[in-house]
Amino acid sequence: MFDSFSAEHLARAQFAFTVSFHIIFPAFSIGLASYLAVLEGLWLKTKDEVYLELFNFWKAIFAVAFGMGVVSGIVMSYEFGTNWSVFSDKAGPIIGPLMGYEVLSAFFLEAGFLGVMLFGLKRVGPKLHFLATLMVAVGTLFSAFWILSVNSWMQTPAGYGINDQGQFVPTDWWAAIFNPSFPYRLVHMVLAAYLTTSLVVGAVGAWHLLRKTAPRRASKMFSMAMWMAALVAPIQILAGDQHGLNTLEHQPVKVMAMEGHFESHPDGAPLILFGLPDQDEQTVDYALEIPKLSSLILKHDLNAPLQGLDTVPRDKQPPVAIVFWSFRVMVAIGFAILGLGLWSLYARWRKQLYDSPWLLRAAVVMGPSGFIAVLAGWVTTEVGRQPYTIYGLLETSQSLSPVAAPAVSASLTAFIIVYFTVFSAGVFYIFRLMDKLPRETDDEIADAPIRTATGLTGTPKGGAA
Amino acid sequence: MTIDLPFIWAGLIAFAVMAYVVLDGFDLGIGILFPFFRKKEDKDVMMNSVAPVWDGNETWLVLGGGGLLAAFPLAYAVILPALYAPIIAMLLGLVFRGVAFEYRWRTHRGQWFWNLAFAAGSLVAALSQGIVLGTLVQGIPVEGRAYAGGWWDWATPFSFMTGIAVAAGYVFLGAGWLVWKTEGALQSKALRIARNSGLATVVAMGIFSLWSPFKHPEYMERWFGWPTVIFSLIVPLGVLCFIWLGYTGYKRCDGPKLFFSALGLFVLGYVGIGISFYPYMVPHSLTIWDAAAPDDSLSFLLAGAVVLIPIILIYTAYAYWVFRGKVRASEGYH
Repeated sequence: MFDSFSAEHLARAQFAFTVSFHIIFPAFSIGLASYLAVLEGLWLKTKDEVYLELFNFWKAIFAVAFGMGVVSGIVMSYEFGTNWSVFSDKAGPIIGPLMGYEVLSAFFLEAGFLGVMLFGLKRVGPKLHFLATLMVAVGTLFSAFWILSVNSWMQTPAGYGINDQGQFVPTDWWAAIFNPSFPYRLVHMVLAAYLTTSLVVGAVGAWHLLRKTAPRRASKMFSMAMWMAALVAPIQILAGDQHGLNTLEHQPVKVMAMEGHFESHPDGAPLILFGLPDQDEQTVDYALEIPKLSSLILKHDLNAPLQGLDTVPRDKQPPVAIVFWSFRVMVAIGFAILGLGLWSLYARWRKQLYDSPWLLRAAVVMGPSGFIAVLAGWVTTEVGRQPYTIYGLLETSQSLSPVAAPAVSASLTAFIIVYFTVFSAGVFYIFRLMDKLPRETDDEIADAPIRTATGLTGTPKGGAA
Repeated sequence: MTIDLPFIWAGLIAFAVMAYVVLDGFDLGIGILFPFFRKKEDKDVMMNSVAPVWDGNETWLVLGGGGLLAAFPLAYAVILPALYAPIIAMLLGLVFRGVAFEYRWRTHRGQWFWNLAFAAGSLVAALSQGIVLGTLVQGIPVEGRAYAGGWWDWATPFSFMTGIAVAAGYVFLGAGWLVWKTEGALQSKALRIARNSGLATVVAMGIFSLWSPFKHPEYMERWFGWPTVIFSLIVPLGVLCFIWLGYTGYKRCDGPKLFFSALGLFVLGYVGIGISFYPYMVPHSLTIWDAAAPDDSLSFLLAGAVVLIPIILIYTAYAYWVFRGKVRASEGYH
């Protein structure tokens, strides 16, 4: 398999494949860990059993997703060495300690308290158990902090020097950790994780509302999820815009690829909505453009000049078509999420949140969209910084292990087979768990507060929760 | 006087790897033993006995790898390409056995498959780790700043022997753990396995000790030259003590004694290898100081490690304490 590819292409394909699979699970578990902490906190505060039921329901799903995240993450921590050993040697003195902090402050915290969270409620009591849940949630956020600092440093390196052996060495840790793109990337990614999770929770809630399985539980999670989507989607769009402006400042070539700007525009660049980028000809075919809008968005001035890829040598350009399209997919999903959030606000205001079949169906359809947006966003930023691993300083082709193509090809094949087997099974089990929301008992229905009493008949109405 | 940061970090990474070996060692051992217990309830108990802690155990492997990248990036960049095949095999084994902890409870029809994945994944991971050890003992050639050998250099009779030795030791650890955490027929069977695997472990250590001095003249010098010959006497004495501990544990069906006997043998074997390796990070090619990152990197992460590792040890111990006592099949949230 893959005989005609070079070791570099195979190693890149392998990293892209394994990291794309991996990112799906943390994106979900960062959001879900926080959601579990909120649910348990609300249970302790209100003593309402519905929160405990939801906690237990999502906990089982979390366990499966987290397990997949752990095993696919261990692969990543060794893949730097197996496939990118030159990069590891050169960048290790800076990214190594940052990842070391991730292990010490995040992975151990998550793993140490995960067992207590999953198995220990009866053994430690509710309060300590809540502490364990909080520690798992905090651990996932610490993990995001450090690994995004590493990634951002590779995109916008700072606080480094280069020694006699060609290694990047630290000169200012503060500058290296809080490098120019890090705050933007961190906010954008954590919000993405929260949105992704809220869409999944909302879809599951909507699915059970449509099927009338356990109306009170389903409406509770649907309502929480739709609040999250409605509130966070606009913030995320704003954060994404800011991240884009930051990229324009530090990685302008990536923005040229995202925009499809092969030509420089000395007096106002158009926004290309759609088109077919042709890298060989350096043009965008069939472009549908809005004049000067790109300059307005990026420079807040209709006539501001914007440079294009014609200022960049061909061999230093990223693959434009991939970046151009993945960026559009991400943005389109972002606005679709905003639309869903606004729709839910309208339905809530009309007191029809739980019985608008089309809203519920839309929420089900949108369930996986956060994952697609996350992947599209990562493709944009990672392909957009090619041909470099450390932006502007170390090229991808110079980062490779001295491993022969057949070895990389064999391991890539093994990863593809194993990941598709193992993770499709996991996703199947997660779907099955999602489908099994326990029905409500008569006692629970009797205990339910009056305001959700309409839930008894199967179609709760109004803005409960 | 300046602090020798590379030396401290070599010690810390050695500690992380050893913590990994003994902690994940026993839960990998339980995975290898899975097919030897036919009853579903027995398998449930075996898995439940490690389910709350396995993830924490495996995190030490990430610290070992991550710490090596941080403190000795050159060693990381040389060792992993040299061990490409066994490392990939280990990772894939860990994928299968790691997901089995959850998947196994999610299906009746497909449970056999995840039982198999748990056992085979654990066995492959254990063998691969042993092969990694054997390859390091053999030595790894380096030219410039890169691995200079071939892709199958790791595959020798010696490394396959160390692979089997490590797997046998893991089984001994796992069996000791089971004697500790279980009761009845399961415990009796685990006790027999502990005896057999304990004997196998001691024999394997003996073969390793007799064979490895011939792998490199420096080992011979280290083991029979002054003053390190003192350790050559102390280590076997320690081994005898732990064999005696294991023997009494077997006679009294005492889980903790068996487990700590296995753990002690691992620690002594590890110390012995440490004596042989010093001062190399990549045996016979790169010393600790050749491979070390600059002091600014080492001191920055050391500041965090000094604070965080004790805290990690405290809450890890707490997690073990929460789940102390005998394990029953019905326990768990599944």
